[in-house]
Amino acid sequence: MSADEKTKKSRVRMKEQTPEGRIRNFNEVPFGYTPEQAVEEAGRCIQCKRPQCVDGCPVEVDIPGFISLIKENKFIESAHKIKEKNSLPAVCGRVCPQEEQCEVLCVQGKKGEPVAIGTLERFVADYEAEQGELELPKLPPKLGRKVAVVGSGPAGLTVASDLILLGYDVTVYEALHKSGGVLVYGIPEFRLPKVIVQREVDYISKLGVEVVCGAVIGKMLTVEELLNEKGYSAVFIASGAGLPLFFGIPGENLNGVYSANEYLTRSNLMKAYLFPQYDTPIKKGKRVAVFGGGNVAMDSARTALRLGSEEVHLIYRRSRKEMPARHAEIEHAEEEGIKFNFLTNPVKFIGDDKGNLKALECLRMELGEPDDSGRRRPVPIKGSEFTIDVDLAVVAIGAGPNPLLLSTIPDLELNRRGYIVADEETGKTSKRRVFAGGDIVTGSATVILAMGAGRKAARAIHQYLEWTNW
Amino acid sequence: MFAIIKKEVFSPEVKLIEVDAPAIAAKARPGQFVVLRIAEEGERIPLTIADFDREKGIITMVFQEVGKSTVYLGALKEGDKLANLIGPLGNPTEIEGYKKVLCVGGGIGIAPIFPIARGFKEAGAEVISIIGARTKELLIFEERMNKVSDRLIITTDDGSYERKALVTEPLKEILEEDSSIEKVVAIGPPIMMKFVAKTTQPFGIKTIVSLNSIMVDGTGMCGACRLEEGEETKFCCVDGPEFDGHKVNFDLLISRLNMYLDEEKASLEAYRKVEDK
Ligand SMILES: Cc1cc2nc3c(=O)[nH]c(=O)nc-3n(C[C@H](O)[C@H](O)[C@H](O)COP(=O)(O)OP(=O)(O)OC[C@H]3O[C@@H](n4cnc5c(N)ncnc54)[C@H](O)[C@@H]3O)c2cc1C
Ligand code: SF4
Ligand code: FES
Repeated sequence: MSADEKTKKSRVRMKEQTPEGRIRNFNEVPFGYTPEQAVEEAGRCIQCKRPQCVDGCPVEVDIPGFISLIKENKFIESAHKIKEKNSLPAVCGRVCPQEEQCEVLCVQGKKGEPVAIGTLERFVADYEAEQGELELPKLPPKLGRKVAVVGSGPAGLTVASDLILLGYDVTVYEALHKSGGVLVYGIPEFRLPKVIVQREVDYISKLGVEVVCGAVIGKMLTVEELLNEKGYSAVFIASGAGLPLFFGIPGENLNGVYSANEYLTRSNLMKAYLFPQYDTPIKKGKRVAVFGGGNVAMDSARTALRLGSEEVHLIYRRSRKEMPARHAEIEHAEEEGIKFNFLTNPVKFIGDDKGNLKALECLRMELGEPDDSGRRRPVPIKGSEFTIDVDLAVVAIGAGPNPLLLSTIPDLELNRRGYIVADEETGKTSKRRVFAGGDIVTGSATVILAMGAGRKAARAIHQYLEWTNW
Repeated sequence: MFAIIKKEVFSPEVKLIEVDAPAIAAKARPGQFVVLRIAEEGERIPLTIADFDREKGIITMVFQEVGKSTVYLGALKEGDKLANLIGPLGNPTEIEGYKKVLCVGGGIGIAPIFPIARGFKEAGAEVISIIGARTKELLIFEERMNKVSDRLIITTDDGSYERKALVTEPLKEILEEDSSIEKVVAIGPPIMMKFVAKTTQPFGIKTIVSLNSIMVDGTGMCGACRLEEGEETKFCCVDGPEFDGHKVNFDLLISRLNMYLDEEKASLEAYRKVEDK
C-alpha cells in the first residue's frame, strides 16, 4: 500500500489538550482543524452522487456540497451552505453524534475511517465567526403578527430565527437568567465553549428577536395570557426535559448527593468552578460516584475531575455496549482516568452523623432478557452487595418533563410519560395556536433533533398563520 | 427594571427593599417568593415576597444579612438595580374559607407572614398573630401586623420588649384556651418552625410552615431544594414553599441548609477583603 493510500484511509486528527493537562482546566479539549488540515480532510470525500451521509443527517445538510467548498478554500461559502439547513453549525459540529448519524453511513468508512464531517462542520463555522461580524440576511417586510416561544434551547432558538426571517415578530421567554437551554446550563465549557452559544443568541437578537430572560411562563405569564392578552398569534413550547430523576433509594437527600442538573448548572451556568470569584459554591468531592451512561453522566464525571476530585467512578447498571453517550466522550473520559464500573447499581447512600454522604452501597448486575428499548435488561445478582467510600455523588440517570408550565395549560394533551403530544411534522398540539417541539415532546434527545423540530414547526406555524386562523 | 425604589434599615443586619418589578407584582400572591441575582457573578437566592403593590408595580423583600449575597444586597442603595428578579415562584398560601387562624412569625419571618395574615383578614377570617424576635431591635413589621391582626402578641427572647418568651409559649396558651382555631401558619427560623409544629401537634391543628431551602433555579429543574414531607421527597420550590409542619423532616432541612457553611464563609471573607480596599 502506498503512503498516499494509507493517509486516505485514516482521517486527519485534530490536535487536542493532553489528558494530564486538560483535567486541570475547563478549556475546550480539541483545538479544531487548521485550514490546511481541513482542506486535506475534505480531500478524503469522494463526492458521492448519491451521498449516504445526507440520509443520516436529521436536517439534511448538503454534506458533499459544503465539503467540496472547503476543498476549494471557500470556507465562508461552505459555512453558508451548511446554514441553509442548520443554523447552529458551530454547536452541532461539536456535540452531534455524527458517529451514529452522517459519519456512520459514509462510504469511506467501509474501508477505513469515515470522513470527519463533524470536525469539518466545526471548522467552517469557527472560521466564519473569526472573520468578525456575521453578515445579517435581509429581512422581509413585517407581517404584523407575533409569535411567542417558551424556552431558549436549540428548538426555541431555531424556531425564533426561522420565524423572524419570515417576517414575524418573535419573543423568546426563558425561565433562567441566560438563554441557550441545555447548551448553557448543561453541556460544560470544555465541550462547548459558552462564547459560541452566546454568539448564536446574539445573532438572533440582532435579527430582531426579543429574548426575555428570567420569565417563567406558567408563573409570570400563562400561555393563555400570551395568546389572548398579549396579542401573540401562536405559541411554540420548547421547554425541554428539565426535571431531574432520582433513584428513590435511602439516603439520597444527604448532603453531597446532587442531581446532574444541579451539579452541571452550578458549574456551567453559575460558574461555580470560578468560586469565589463567582458566588455560587459547589461541593468538591475527593472520591466521587457518577451514575448513568449517557452524555450527562460523562459531562458530570469529567467536571468532577476538573474541580479537583481525586477519584471519579462512573457507575452504570448495564455494560459498555449499551452506554448511550457519544463514543468520543467515552474515550475522552477514559483517557482522563474516570473509572468505569459496569453492571453496578446503587442501593443505598450512607451518611455520617452530620448528614454528609460518606459511602455507597451497590449491587452487581447481570444482563437478562431484552426490554422495550431492545437493550438487555440488567438484573441484580443476589448477595453481591458491596460498599465504596465516596463523599460526592451525582445522579445522571435521565430527566423527565417539568410539570411547572404544562400543569397550567389544562387543555394540552400529554402522553403517558407526561410529555406534550405534538405532530412530528408540524409540532401542532391538541390546543389551538399552540405548537411544541424538542425534548418536551420527544423526551431527552439531541440538539439536532430539537433544532429540526424547531425548523419544521416554524414552517408549519407560518402555514397556519398565513392560510388559516387555526 | 428591578431598580431599588426604596430601602429601609430596621437594624444593622435587617433591611427592607422595594423593587420595581411590575410583571411580578401583577401576579404575586401571599406565600410566594422570588429568585434574585444581584450582579453578573452573583448566585441565585430565593427571598419571600413580603409585600406587593400591583398598581405601583413594586414588590417588597425583607432580608437578614448572613452571607455574601445578602450583605451585598444590604449595601445597595436606592436607585441601584438588580441583575435579575424572577417570579413569582412557588404556590400561594391557601387563604380562602377560614373563620379563625393563627399566624406565627419569628425574626425575619415576620415579613413574609404579613401578606399571609393580611390575606386571611381580607378573606374574612379572624386573625390572631404572634410575632417574636431575639431582641427589641430585631422586631420588625409590628405596625403592619397590628393593622391586619385582630389580636397581636409580641415576644422577645431577652424580654427587652413586651413579653419575655419564645413564640411557642403564648401559642400553647392560646390553643389551650381556644379550640376554634382552624389553622396555624408559621414562618421563621427552621428551629422555631420545628417547635411550633411540635406545640400544635397534640392539638391536632393543621400547621403550615414556609420553608427556605437552598435553591438554584426555583422552578423544579435541579432538586437542590429537596426535603422530606413524611415519606416523600419534595422540591421546596415547586411543591412548596409551604408544607405540613407535622410531617416535615426538620433535621434534614437544617442539615441541608448548612451544606455550604464553609463556602459561604470563604465567600463573605473574600467580599469583605475587596470592600475594605
Ligand atoms: C449535560 C447534557 C449533555 C448533553 N450532550 C449532548 C450532546 O453531546 N449532543 C447532543 O446532541 N445532545 C446532547 N444533550 C441533549 C440536548 O442538549 C437536548 O436534547 C437539547 O438541548 C434539547 O433542546 P430543547 O430546545 O428541546 O430544550 P432545552 O435545551 O432543554 O431548553 C429548554 C429551555 O426552556 C426553558 N424553560 C423551561 N420551562 C420554561 C418555562 N416555564 N418558561 C420559560 N422557559 C422555560 C429552560 O430553562 C431551557 O432553557 C445533552 C443534554 C445534557 C443535559
Ligand atoms: S458519504 Fe462520505 S464520501 Fe460520500 S459524500 Fe458523504 S462524506 Fe463524502
Ligand atoms: S431550586 Fe431547583 S428544583 Fe427547586
